[in-house]
Amino acid sequence: MKIHIPTPLRSYTGGKETVEVGGATVAATLDQLATSYPELRNHLFTAEGKLRSFVNVYLNDDDVRYLPNKEETVAAENDELTIIPSIAGGCCCNL
Amino acid sequence: MIHISEEDFQALRAHGEETYPHECCGVLLGKSEAGVGNRVSLIVRAGNTRTDSAHNRYNIAPQELVKVQRQARGLGFDIVGFYHSHPDHPAQWSQTDFAEAHWMGCSYVITSVDKGKAELTNSFLLTGTSEENKAFQNEEVVVETPQPELISKERGEA
Ligand SMILES: [Zn+2]
Repeated sequence: MKIHIPTPLRSYTGGKETVEVGGATVAATLDQLATSYPELRNHLFTAEGKLRSFVNVYLNDDDVRYLPNKEETVAAENDELTIIPSIAGGCCCNL
Repeated sequence: MIHISEEDFQALRAHGEETYPHECCGVLLGKSEAGVGNRVSLIVRAGNTRTDSAHNRYNIAPQELVKVQRQARGLGFDIVGFYHSHPDHPAQWSQTDFAEAHWMGCSYVITSVDKGKAELTNSFLLTGTSEENKAFQNEEVVVETPQPELISKERGEA
């Protein structure tokens, strides 16, 4: 299926915004992605193999974390995955 | 270095004045050009989801980011940066900004808004290759004013 890669991670996919990899579930697809593009693994997963907390993964329009089966959700060939790191901050955390 | 049109530059500053005393935030679309830096072609306003503490925190819903990234793809642009405001605080990144910055190679533009008026606008390039070695680097903001000849041509005056 198609996976959309955010700007900062494209240097690990040869500059490609969209890559195609196969997998029966979201987890299997992400693992296949990291196998096809080994440099990505450390950016997506912690040493324990969990998705990094600031990395959001969307299956079509749904946040995978909020799907009933989460990363074990079955993915079809015409589904699209989007990887999107979070955007947040603040001006005065010391106050 | 970040290049942005006068119009977009004023628009992102005005956004901070509108949302004062809350923080505003948005996404910068364009292209990263070798030897030039990030060139902004379009700014997209985003909603601040931190309604609990909007005066000193901002957060763009990932769902909204997914849509913006899709929009960028359709236009042939990339997400090249983000902007937010600092109500009554300097236009400098905070520890929170740094800890929660994950888009290496992107520009983080910050505008200080003093008592409702936009003051300084600074940009910081997130450099590095990983969470362990990332760093914010001051970068020059190049505001490009359209050339008069081009404007008159567009208006059909030339
Ligand atoms: Zn900030």
